[in-house]
Amino acid sequence: MTDTRTPPAEPGAVLLRAGRFLRRGTASPDLHSIGLAGGREADAFYRDRWSHDKVVTSTHGVNCTGSCRWNVFVKDGIITWETQATDYPSVGPDRPEYEPRGCPRGAAFSWYTYSPTRLRYPYVRGVLLEMYREAKARLKDPVLAWADLQGDPGRRRRYQRARGKGGLVRASWDEMVELVAAAHVHTIKAHGPDRIAGFSPIPAMSMVSHAAGARFHSLIGAPMLSFYDWYADLPVASPQVFGDQTDVPESGDWWDAAYLIMWGTNVPVTRTPDAHWMAEARYRGQKVVVVSPDYADNTKFADQWLHPHPGTDAALALAMGHVVLKEFFVDRETPFFTDYVRRFTDLPFLVTLAERDGAYVPAKFLRAADLGQGGEDARWKTVVLDETTGRAVVPNGSLGFRWNEADQGRWNLDLGDVGPHLTLHGHEAAAGVEVLLPRFDTDGGPHGQGRGEAVRRGVPATRLGGPGGPLVTTVFDLLLAQYGVARPGVPGTWPASYEDPADPCTPAWQETHTSVPAAACVRVAREFARTAERSKGRCMILMGAGTNHWFHSETIYRAFLALLQLTGCQGRNGGGWAHYVGQEKCRPLTGWASLAGGLDWTRPPRQMIGTGYWFLHTDQWRYDRFGADVLASPLGEGRFRGMTGADCLALSARAGWMPSYPTFDRSPLELGEVSGDPVAEAVAELRAGTLRFACEDPDAPENWPRIVTLWRANLLGSSAKGAEYFTKHLLGTHSSLRAQEAAPGERPRDVVWHDEAPEGKLDLLLSLDFRHTSSTLLSDVVLPAATWYEKHDLSSTDMHPYVHAFSPAVDPPWQARTDFDTFKALAEKLSELAAGHLGVRRDLVASPHQHDTPGELAQPGGVVRDWKRGECEPEPGRTLPALTVVERDYTAIGAKFAALGPLAEAEGLPAKGITLRPDEEVALLRELNGAVRGGPAHGRPALDTAVKTANTILALSGTTNGRLAVQGFRTLGAKTGQEMAHLAAEHEGRRVTYADTQSAPVPVNASPEWSGSEHGGRRYTAFTQNTEQLKPWHTLTGRQHLFLDHDWMHELGEALPVYRPPLDMHRLFGEPRLGPDGTREVTVRYLTPHNKWSIHSEYQDNLFMLSLSRGGQSIWMAPQDADAIGVADDDWIEAVNRNGVVVARAIVSHRMPPGTVYMHHAQERTVNVPLAETTGMRGGIHNSLTRLILKPTHLIGGYAQFSWAFNYLGPTGNQRDEVTVIRRRGQEVEY
Amino acid sequence: MRVMAQIAMVMNLDKCIGCHTCSVTCKQAWTNRRGMEYVWFNNVETRPGQGYPRRYEDQEKWRGGWELNRRGALRLKAGGRFRKLAGIFSNPRLPEIKDYYEPWTYDYRNLTDAPLGTDYPVARPVSQLDGKPMKIAWSSNWDDNLGGAPAYGDLDPVVERVRREASDKVRFAYEESFMFYLPRICEHCLNPSCVASCPSGAMYKRAEDGIVLVDQDRCRGWRMCVTGCPYKKVYFNHRTGKAEKCTFCYPRIEVGQPTVCSETCVGRLRYLGVLLYDADKVTAAAGTADERGLYEAQLDVFLDPEDPAVRRAAEAADIPYDWIEAARRSPVHALISRYRVALPLHPEYRTMPMVWYIPPLSPVVDALTETGHDGEDAGNLFGAIDTLRIPLEYLAELFAAGDTGPVRASLEKLAAMRAHMRAVNLGEETDPGVAGAVGMAPDEIEDMYRLLAIAKYEERY
Repeated sequence: MTDTRTPPAEPGAVLLRAGRFLRRGTASPDLHSIGLAGGREADAFYRDRWSHDKVVTSTHGVNCTGSCRWNVFVKDGIITWETQATDYPSVGPDRPEYEPRGCPRGAAFSWYTYSPTRLRYPYVRGVLLEMYREAKARLKDPVLAWADLQGDPGRRRRYQRARGKGGLVRASWDEMVELVAAAHVHTIKAHGPDRIAGFSPIPAMSMVSHAAGARFHSLIGAPMLSFYDWYADLPVASPQVFGDQTDVPESGDWWDAAYLIMWGTNVPVTRTPDAHWMAEARYRGQKVVVVSPDYADNTKFADQWLHPHPGTDAALALAMGHVVLKEFFVDRETPFFTDYVRRFTDLPFLVTLAERDGAYVPAKFLRAADLGQGGEDARWKTVVLDETTGRAVVPNGSLGFRWNEADQGRWNLDLGDVGPHLTLHGHEAAAGVEVLLPRFDTDGGPHGQGRGEAVRRGVPATRLGGPGGPLVTTVFDLLLAQYGVARPGVPGTWPASYEDPADPCTPAWQETHTSVPAAACVRVAREFARTAERSKGRCMILMGAGTNHWFHSETIYRAFLALLQLTGCQGRNGGGWAHYVGQEKCRPLTGWASLAGGLDWTRPPRQMIGTGYWFLHTDQWRYDRFGADVLASPLGEGRFRGMTGADCLALSARAGWMPSYPTFDRSPLELGEVSGDPVAEAVAELRAGTLRFACEDPDAPENWPRIVTLWRANLLGSSAKGAEYFTKHLLGTHSSLRAQEAAPGERPRDVVWHDEAPEGKLDLLLSLDFRHTSSTLLSDVVLPAATWYEKHDLSSTDMHPYVHAFSPAVDPPWQARTDFDTFKALAEKLSELAAGHLGVRRDLVASPHQHDTPGELAQPGGVVRDWKRGECEPEPGRTLPALTVVERDYTAIGAKFAALGPLAEAEGLPAKGITLRPDEEVALLRELNGAVRGGPAHGRPALDTAVKTANTILALSGTTNGRLAVQGFRTLGAKTGQEMAHLAAEHEGRRVTYADTQSAPVPVNASPEWSGSEHGGRRYTAFTQNTEQLKPWHTLTGRQHLFLDHDWMHELGEALPVYRPPLDMHRLFGEPRLGPDGTREVTVRYLTPHNKWSIHSEYQDNLFMLSLSRGGQSIWMAPQDADAIGVADDDWIEAVNRNGVVVARAIVSHRMPPGTVYMHHAQERTVNVPLAETTGMRGGIHNSLTRLILKPTHLIGGYAQFSWAFNYLGPTGNQRDEVTVIRRRGQEVEY
Repeated sequence: MRVMAQIAMVMNLDKCIGCHTCSVTCKQAWTNRRGMEYVWFNNVETRPGQGYPRRYEDQEKWRGGWELNRRGALRLKAGGRFRKLAGIFSNPRLPEIKDYYEPWTYDYRNLTDAPLGTDYPVARPVSQLDGKPMKIAWSSNWDDNLGGAPAYGDLDPVVERVRREASDKVRFAYEESFMFYLPRICEHCLNPSCVASCPSGAMYKRAEDGIVLVDQDRCRGWRMCVTGCPYKKVYFNHRTGKAEKCTFCYPRIEVGQPTVCSETCVGRLRYLGVLLYDADKVTAAAGTADERGLYEAQLDVFLDPEDPAVRRAAEAADIPYDWIEAARRSPVHALISRYRVALPLHPEYRTMPMVWYIPPLSPVVDALTETGHDGEDAGNLFGAIDTLRIPLEYLAELFAAGDTGPVRASLEKLAAMRAHMRAVNLGEETDPGVAGAVGMAPDEIEDMYRLLAIAKYEERY
C-alpha cells in the first residue's frame, strides 16, 4: 500500500492544514477530503425540483412511427416534463427489449403545452369575421350569410388575399362552429358534398382523433384525402410486387437478421427509438452496410459505407442482382434459392413474346384463357410449364381463383404435384430467340430520359400447342436477359464480364452511374447472397425516403426487392424488405377503417388520391412543359402521344382506375336526384358528353374544391410539394412562384385549358391545431386543439407490436378541445343548420375499381380501353367508376356521428378481401358504451366520447379481438383451403379494452388484417402467412411479381426491374445545368431528408430543438460548393428555382457530397425566416422549391394488384429529383 | 485499505446514436429555468468537434484539473490555494457566455398577434439574457454531425494534439469522413478538482455514493469550481449567483431509480453500478508520474468485490450489504475491470473520473475494402482495427492520455465478440481462437455480449 499518510507537500498545504482547525468535520490524512456529519439540508433544492404529484402515461400523435410510451409528470396541475416509460412487455430472454422508446423531439414535447405559440382560443381572420357578421345580421341565417359572402367576388377575394398575412382575431367557439357548419351546409347545397375535403394523415398515431374528423367527412359525403402516396412515402413497388400497401418487420426483427443493408434510411434520425436494435444486432455478428450519399448518422455503425450518387441506387442494386443471378443461379444452382423463387415468385410463370423489329418483346402473362380453357375467371389464371409432364399447367393461387365460388379453397400456393420449370433453358422444345429490352441510362435525348435505345438480348422460348400457338418464355429467363446474365446457346448481345462498363447491368456499368467501385458492389452482393444461403434468408434491407422519394422510386425499390426475392429473404424473420418512411401501421385496422369511413351508416365513402387532388386544384398541371410520352420506352407504342400528366390523370379517373373528387361537373346530389335511374342517366349523359368529369376541366368554377379542413396536419408548412402553387391558385394569396405555364403546343390533349388560371378556389380553409404553423397562419378559421397529453386516444406502429393509449395528464387548457369534441360539435351544428337547407338527399357516389374486391378484375390482361375514345362502352364498375346512390339525411349527421350504425353487423366489416362479422361485438359494445335513446340512432351503441370510440376500434379489429381474428382466419381458410385459425387460436378469448392499453402497452394478435404473424410471441415480419400458410399474395399470379405486364408498364419500359436515372430538370424545365456558374451561383441537387430536430414541421419550432440545432432554416452543403460561391458556414443563403425561394443559413460540412445540398424536411417559415432578397417576400418552406410531376405508372387501376385502395396505390408526391440554384445573399437580414 | 463505494457510469459510445434525448430529458427535469438557460448538465458532442463550452479540453487555456509540480506532487493546474485566494475577485480562467452560447428564444407571440399586413408573420430570435433581437451564432451543439467542420474542426483540441503526433491523421475530407458522439455529464471524480477549488467549502463528495454536489446554501458564487473542473461541468446560475452541476439525479438514485439520462437513453448505452475503491490509494494514483499510467493506476484503485477480504473491509467500513452485493453484480465493474472495455475520459486531468466510456468501432476506410478488412471476419479481425475511419490516435487522446494500447485492446474485444457471435448467429462452429486472441474465453465473450447487446433494464442499472 502506498504511503498516503504523509500530508501533501503542495504549495497550498499550509492553508489546508490551517483549515482543519477552522472547520467542522474530520479531515482525511491527505487533506483532500473532509468528513462532515449533517448539514445536508442543502440537498433539498433538487429534491424539491424532482417532486411531482402524479405520472400519467401517454404518447405523441405526430407523424412519426415511434408510438413511444411516455411518463408525463404533473405537479400542481401543471405538466412539468416527460421521460420514457419502460413498461413494454418483454420480447424474450435472448434479445434486447423495446424500452426505452423515445427521442429528443418527444422528450421536448411538454414545452408546447404552455408555450407562447400555443393556440388558446379560436381564431378567425378579422376581415372575414366582419363580413360574416354583417351578412348574418342582415340575413338572419348563417347559411344564407355564407352564401351571400361567396356570391360576391369582391368580398370573397378580400379575405382570400389576406390569407397568411396576420390579422387573426379571437372568436368564440359557438360563433366559429356556426360559421364553419354554415359553410359546409352551403357548399353541400350549392356545389355538392364532394367539393369539401378533409386532410389528416397517419391514423395509427392517434386513431380516435383521425377517425373523428374522417367520420364527419364520410358521413356528409366529403372525400378524405390520402397521405401515404401524397407524401411519396408509399413505395409504389409494394402494391406492384406484393399486392400489399406496405408490410414490414417490427424493429425487433432486425435483431434476427444476419446481414443488414441500410439503403436510404437514416435509422438513428428517423427511427431513433428503434436504432438500438441495429447497434445491438452487430454484437450478434450481424454485418451492416450503409448506402448513403452523405456520411449519414447511421454510417457510424456500418462495416462498410457505399456512397452512390443520389438517385442512382437502382443501378447498384441491379448490378448486385447481376452478381447474384450469375453466381448463385447460373454458375451453380443454390437449391434454397431456386426452391423459394419457384414457389413464391412469378419467375416460373410463362410470358408471351410479341414480334418487334425482327426480334421479340415481352408481352403478357400467358393465361388459362389463352390455352383455350374456359371456366371461371380463366382470363385471370396464369400458367407454368410442368417439369414432369412437360405441359402447360395452371397452378392454384392466381387471382382467377380468388373471387369465384367454383374455385373456393384453391386460392393457395400449394403446388401439389406441379413442378414449374424456372427456365426453358435446356428444355428440349425451346430455342433461343432475341428479345429487345429498353434502357434509359444513356445520356441525351431532348428530355434527358436516355437516347431511346434498346438492348438486344435473348431468351429460350417455345411455342405452345404447335406453330400457331403462343411463343412463351419464363419470367426468370426474361430476368436473366434484363440483368445481362448470359448462358450458353442463348442469342443476343451480352456483357463480356463484370468489368464491362457499357452494357447494363454489370458491376462496372453501375460504377459509371453510381461511382461505387465495381469491386465493392461485387463483394457486397456476394456476401449478401452467401449470408442468405447460410442463414436461410436472414438478410434484410432497410430502405426509406432516401431511395423512395424519387420520381422513379418504384424502379429503385423493385431492384432492391428482386435481390431479396432471389435470395429467399421475404417472409422470413430477420429477412426481407424493411421500408421505413411514413409506413405507420394502424394495427386495429378494421375498427379504425370502419369508423373513419362511416361504414356503419353509409357505403361507399369518398376517398381521394391526395397527389391527384393537389396536382389539379393547385394548378401545377398547367406548368407541365412536356408530354407524358417523354417518359416512354423506346419500345413503347405511343400510347401517351399528345397527353400530359393531367390527361393521364383524367383517363385514369374516367376509367375508374383512380378516384376523382369533385367527380362530375355537376353536384352529385343533383345527379342522384334525377327522375329515373340515376346511374343509367349518368352513364347516358357521359356517353353523350353532356356530363363530364370535373378533372377534365379543373379550372372551371363549378369544379373547384370549396372547403378543406386540416387537422393533425400542417400541409402548408410541410408536405405541400409546390407550396407556392398552393398559395397562388388554391388559396389566392401571395406567392413566390416564377414558373412558366405550358405554351400552346405543350398543353393537355383532353383537359380543358383556360387562358386565365384561377386564383383563390377555396372558400374556406379550416385548421385544428395546438400551435401556429404555416397552415394555421394561412387558414381562415383556426380552432384550438388539445395536445397529446390532454386527450384519450390510441396509438400503434409497425415498429413495435403493441397498442397503447394516450391518457390526459391535464384537461385541455384555456379553450382547447380534442379533435373528437370539435368534430362532434361540427356534426351537431351542421345537422341543426341542415334543416330547411338540405334535409334528406340522394348522392351519386363514383368509386374506383377497388383492390381486394372483385373490382380488381375490371381490366383483363391489363389492356387499356378508353370509352371516351370509343375503344369500349362506358360500363360502371368495368370501364367507368362504380356508381352508387347513397341516401344522406343531413339532419342526422350529429346523431350518426355519435352512434355505431347498423351496417356494422348487417353487412359486416371489410378486411383485405374478407368480411368480419361483429354481431357479438355490437351487442357487447351496447353494454359497454351504453345505447343511444331516441333519434335516428335509437338503440345503437353510443360513440359520444373518445373512450367509447377507442373501445369500439379495439372491439372491431382482429388484432385486438381474438374472436374476430379467429373468425377472419376461418373465412380466409375457406378461400385458401388452408387451415389458418391456429394462428390466432391462442388469443381467441382475448378482448383488448382501452383500459388495458392505458395500463400497459398490449401486444396484438395475429390477424388476417396483416400478412405476418405474432403467433407464439414471435417477432412480426411481413408475408409469413404467405410463405408458411401458403396464402397467396394479393397479386395477379398470387406470387411476388418481378414482371408487370400492364400496357402502361410496357409503355414506360418498366415491365422488368430497370435503371431510370433522376429526372433531368435542365432538359425538362430549363433549370441551369448542375454545377457552379463560375461566378456567384451554383446549381445543385436539392434533397429534403428528414430532420434530426423535428418530425416534419413538428418540434421544429420547439425551443429545445432549435437550441440544439442552428436555430432556424438551414441547408447543408459541401465545402466545394460553398467555396465556389464564397459561402462560409452559417452565412445566409438563398435557394432559388422556378418554383420558389428559400432563405436559410448554410451549414458547410465535408460529410456532404459535392453537387448535392440537403434542406432537412419541413423546417417552416414561422421561425427565424427573413425576407428574401430575390423577391422581397418572406422566404419559403422546403417545399417552396419543389412541385408535383405525375408518373403514369402510378395511375394504373382495375388490374389485379394495380387496383386502387386508399393510401395503397396512387400517384406519389415525389420531390427528390429537383435542383436549385444557391446564392450567397446579403448578410444583413430583415424580418 | 479504506473501502468506499461510489455509483459510477459507463457509456458505450459504440452504441450512441447522437440523438440527444439524454440532454433534453435532463434539461427538462433540471435546468429549464431562469438563470440556467444556457446550461446542459448533460450534453452530447459530435467528435471531432469543439465541445461545450467551446474548446473546454484546452487546459493550456482553462487550466482545469490537476498537474504534478516539480516534486511530483499534485496541485491544481489553475494554481494553488494562495493563487486562488489572490484571484478570488477576478478569476481570469472562466469561460464567457459566448464560449457556452447566448441562449435565445423567439418572438412567438407575433404569430398570433400580428395585425393584418403584407406578408407572413414570423417569430424572430431574441436573446434570453436581455430580450433583444439577436443573430444566433453559436449553441451548445453548433457543430452537431460535423456541421461547419471544415471551418471549425481544426479548433478541436484533440485534433490539434493528434496532428502534433501524426500530421496526416485527421483530414476533413468527404472520403475520409468520420464522426462519433460523446455524451457528457459530471464525472463525479474520485479526486475532484472542483471540490478542491472551492474557497467556500460549498462543494462536497458524498461519502455514501460519491456524488459530487454544490451546497446551494454555502455557495458564494466565486466560480473557482468552474475553473477547476477540466470537463467544465460546473455551471454558474446567473440568476441565483450560485454554482450548479449534475447531481447524478440523487433524488432518484436514493430511491433506486437510475438517473434520468440513463433511463431515457434510447441507445441503451448507459450503465450504472456500484464500484468499491480504496480511498487511501486515490491521491497516489492521481499522482502517477506518467500520464499514460493513470488508466492502470485508477484501475488499481478499484477493489474486486469478489475478494472476500474486500467485502469484509467494506462491511467494516459500514457499507451496507446490498451495496456490496450490488458491487458484485455491477455492470460498471464488469465493463471497467473485468472485461476492460471501458476507459476513463481524459485520465491525464488526474481527477480520477468516474464516468467511463467504451470507445466506438467505425467503418473501415473505403480504400481498404478490397483487401477484405472486415469488422467481423476473424481472419483479418485485428487488421481492421487499424483501418477504422476513426483514427485510434484520436480515441487514445480522449481515453488514454494518447496511449493507443488500451483503446486498441477494447476495440479488439468488441471485434472479437462480433466474430465469435457471427458463428453462433449462423449456427456454425465457433472458433475458440477468436476469443483467445483477445485474452478471453468463449464463455466470457458470450457473457460480455449479453451485457453489451441484450442489456435488460435490470442488468444495465
